[in-house]
Amino acid sequence: MQQRKLGRGVAVVGAGMSKFGAFPGLATRDLFVDAFREMLASVDKGFDAQDIEALYIGNFSSDLFEGQAHVAPIMADWVGLTPRPATRIEDACASSGVALREGIIAIASGLYDIVLVGGIEKMTDLPTARVTDTLATAADVTYEVAAGFTFPGLYASMATAYMAAYDAPVDAFLKVGLKNHENGALNPKAQFGQRIADIMEIRKASAIKKGRPAPTWADEMAFLTDERANPTIAWPMRLYDCSPISDGAAALLLVSEELATRFSAAPLYVVGTGQASDGATHDRPILTGIPAAQRAAQMAYAMAGITPADIDLAEVHDCFTIAEIMASEDLGFFAPGEGWRAAVEGRTARAGDRPINCSGGLKSKGHPVGASGAGQVLEIWKQLRGEAGARQLPGEPRFGLTHNVGGTGQTCAVHIFERR
Amino acid sequence: MSEQAFTGTAFYGFLKEHQLMGSRCPQCGAIYAPPRPLCPACPEAEMEWVELSGAGKLASYSVIAIAPTAMLEAGYDRKNPYCSGVVALAEGPRISAQILGVDVAHPQSIQIGASVKVAFIERGEGEAQKTFLAFEVVS
Repeated sequence: MQQRKLGRGVAVVGAGMSKFGAFPGLATRDLFVDAFREMLASVDKGFDAQDIEALYIGNFSSDLFEGQAHVAPIMADWVGLTPRPATRIEDACASSGVALREGIIAIASGLYDIVLVGGIEKMTDLPTARVTDTLATAADVTYEVAAGFTFPGLYASMATAYMAAYDAPVDAFLKVGLKNHENGALNPKAQFGQRIADIMEIRKASAIKKGRPAPTWADEMAFLTDERANPTIAWPMRLYDCSPISDGAAALLLVSEELATRFSAAPLYVVGTGQASDGATHDRPILTGIPAAQRAAQMAYAMAGITPADIDLAEVHDCFTIAEIMASEDLGFFAPGEGWRAAVEGRTARAGDRPINCSGGLKSKGHPVGASGAGQVLEIWKQLRGEAGARQLPGEPRFGLTHNVGGTGQTCAVHIFERR
Repeated sequence: MSEQAFTGTAFYGFLKEHQLMGSRCPQCGAIYAPPRPLCPACPEAEMEWVELSGAGKLASYSVIAIAPTAMLEAGYDRKNPYCSGVVALAEGPRISAQILGVDVAHPQSIQIGASVKVAFIERGEGEAQKTFLAFEVVS
């Protein structure tokens, strides 16, 4: 693979996100304004929004979710940035990870000095079956969806291939969800601000309130393996293996490297970017990992001149718990087949040697698909700047990585950021 | 064996006749199913149709409880889940399909590597009638 460098350096000097969750009555533009305002407030040395030169907006399917296409100019208009060029990027759930990459490339090219990258999605207006149908349009409709596959089904099929290849138990997946809920409980922007233990208490209280006998579980794993409490969506993926249906938006301010300290006391420098594409799930050499993620990671590491061992924290695309385990291998943190053991041993927890999804991940934070890639950068922004509050990692982390997957790996974008 | 273009429409047209068809590159011999109109290794080659044996092995699967609209209309739901999977065909390529002849109530019992043979599922009425690809586990 030819090693590529950016034409000039790029830094993140502002980052903001709306709360992720279900917000009846709010449209993507409303959520984007929230994210934009928080982004403006995060610019340490102040910033005139009118200095933004272009917008790159990641969005999967406002067309089907909200009946609204052509959303990039609407976002530009609602934050007062018309007539600047505003471009929508659609690569399914990797839309805003790819929008970030396009924003980086635009600055690196020398065309712009200051770019706004956004991610938006509003999913909760539709009933579940139609959300399932809409998400399935990110797979191969002619050959995968026609076979009955849903998105949970496709990832679940990778899970059965993974279990068979590496002798992994179903419990390993549940441990990922458990860990991400622990982290998400410390994130005020998360859709689920509860640990699994908290959810168990809520269920008990709810039963008692309705005059029913309170359910009892010996521990969290007993809850997570109870079909009534945690129903199967697509075996072996249960409800708490799946990221939720979410609304949300995120906004990032990118500038050329030489401008970074004019705006920010602690910019994040983009040291690596990689992106790759692939065919349908069935048409890949392996079903136990995501080749596009492996390739995008290799590109980003090569550009950064670092190795997986140098990464202090990663926000990975855990749309399903199996996806986080595969990501931990595809990114080179663990050897193929070892990711599940690392998850079980707690190595990917905040206190582990390989912290993954300190934000709560898509599982707990929420997965407004087009906003998720930009949303991941928020956690890196906070952790590298020492602003992550109760979930702050010790030891002043230096390198953070984001891993954003579209579909089941038809697209993947990987970015590496450095605090200097 | 056919002058038809190597399209999804043609693939499903053949399926209606209970034929599982792929495309073959005469230059390098690669077989593609689903059929590709262009061989990535030999983009200048003219592809040809090839009928596949329908034998294969199960490479991955899931028993799906939360169904999309099309499968709900076909009668599946949480109480009546179905199995979809990836099949590695005897000729090499892998393809997605519904998997029959498995115990969906006990998904752990389904064996990756199990031998399967092609089956055909008819859904819809009249003009909307369509044949879908399936494989059945053979014991």
